Amino acid sequence: MTTAADRTKRAHPMLEVDDISHRYGAHQALDRVGFSLEQGGFHALLGPNGAGKSTLIALITGLLRCRSGEIRVAGRSLSRRACEARRQLGVVFQQPTLDLDLSVRQNLLYHAALHGLGRRVAQERSDRELARQHLEARADDKVRRLNGGHRRRLEIARALLHDPTLLILDEASVGLDTASRQALNDHVRALCRERGMTVLWTTHLLDEIAPEDPVVVLCSGRVIADSRAQALCTHTGTHSLQDAFSRLTTRPVVTEDPP
Amino acid sequence: MSAIAYLHCFLGVSGREWRRFVQQRTRFFSALVRPLLWLVVFAAGFRAVLGISIMAPYDTYIPYEVYITPGLCCMILLFNGMQGSLSMVYDREMGSMKVLLMSPLSRPFLLLSKVLAISLVSLVQVYAFLAIAWWYGIRPPAWGLATAMPALLLVALMLSTLGLVLANAIRQLENFAGVMNFVIFPLFFLSSALYPLWKMQEAGPWLYRLSAYNPFTHGVELVRFALYEQLAMAPLLWCLGLTGLFGLVAVTTFNLQRGQGL
Repeated sequence: MTTAADRTKRAHPMLEVDDISHRYGAHQALDRVGFSLEQGGFHALLGPNGAGKSTLIALITGLLRCRSGEIRVAGRSLSRRACEARRQLGVVFQQPTLDLDLSVRQNLLYHAALHGLGRRVAQERSDRELARQHLEARADDKVRRLNGGHRRRLEIARALLHDPTLLILDEASVGLDTASRQALNDHVRALCRERGMTVLWTTHLLDEIAPEDPVVVLCSGRVIADSRAQALCTHTGTHSLQDAFSRLTTRPVVTEDPP
Repeated sequence: MSAIAYLHCFLGVSGREWRRFVQQRTRFFSALVRPLLWLVVFAAGFRAVLGISIMAPYDTYIPYEVYITPGLCCMILLFNGMQGSLSMVYDREMGSMKVLLMSPLSRPFLLLSKVLAISLVSLVQVYAFLAIAWWYGIRPPAWGLATAMPALLLVALMLSTLGLVLANAIRQLENFAGVMNFVIFPLFFLSSALYPLWKMQEAGPWLYRLSAYNPFTHGVELVRFALYEQLAMAPLLWCLGLTGLFGLVAVTTFNLQRGQGL
């Protein structure tokens, strides 16, 4: 459990990505990527397809080994304190990872067991998260019978079971209709407000981002912008985020080297 | 993380494996039918051709059915071990491997939990087969059924870790059909499961040598003696050593290629 007291005690940013590079053979997927997320709030990681978002997420979640640079989650290095760092992470992957033949509750209990939670705690937390996602009535249904929006909400419920401090959603809205997409986005924002969660939301869809959101823009494996969405418009002299984004990602940008 | 957390994790992994097994009744059915066909049809036809002399651990002349029963038990373990690794390849494709890997517990522990869970499910199938064989007239000593259990578990672990090594080495699901043909059949036929090794010696020194070094042969012999309340030392050491080796290779190769299939 994270209490208000130890939240203030922790001076670290929630996520620090420090000079990460990654290549697949000859293809440089990430090139000296660095940014950090402050505690609390909805952060967006934006980039066109193929920008390196998924690779970055795989590195942050420890599915890929970080060969160059370092990532710290709540101050814990992924290379040296991997278990503690993973303990802080809740992840919703782009591809669905639910077991379709198990019931909603069985999926949650399996995840809880993987995190070493006992049966009783697991039951309580499953009930709590299902209630929060308004899925209580579906608890005993097979996941196969859930629609796309409900499956996504179940994945969020699962990602929150072990009380992580950082929730990562990798293109979580892909494949949903407009209404479900909006509902999901609202829901995650509510999590930030009400539970003080830190959320990293990756997307290539600009309408999911609000003007006051902190945004990291990734393009061809490099960070080309790191500021509030609003400031991107001011900086590029455009009126909409859409224009700012296309200006940033289509033109060669003069990037200032970090001091 | 405390020891109790690891216990919960193991129970979760084996519970999932068990549920999958219960849900896939056809898998259980085919896992039973396969050795039963060998026992009832193949052995019945073959007993006339092949005479088995008195040999350890048997203290009298035995019908061929009795001879191949331990081999068929191991056949169940072999198929399940390979099918288990197939499911891990499938898991990796379907993303549920990601769920496993997001656990904060140590990854070697997670993999070995999975292997042990697969092995325990296999044991249930072996005893279901032995129960039917008992009814059919294959009656090893009752205590032998108990002493065979640790032997069966060890062989199951050896074959599942071997399966995991192969699953790590094979990236595409399509290639696995090949593994079935190129791994399962050679392991089974080039072993003492169907005919004693001295028969192989008659067939040719080459085949004999291959069979004598086949890990599956050691597994079958370990189970054969255990089923008659005897401990076969050399096969035991082979199986322990190979299980350790396969386990180590499985865990290290898994780490090396973390994140493949993303």
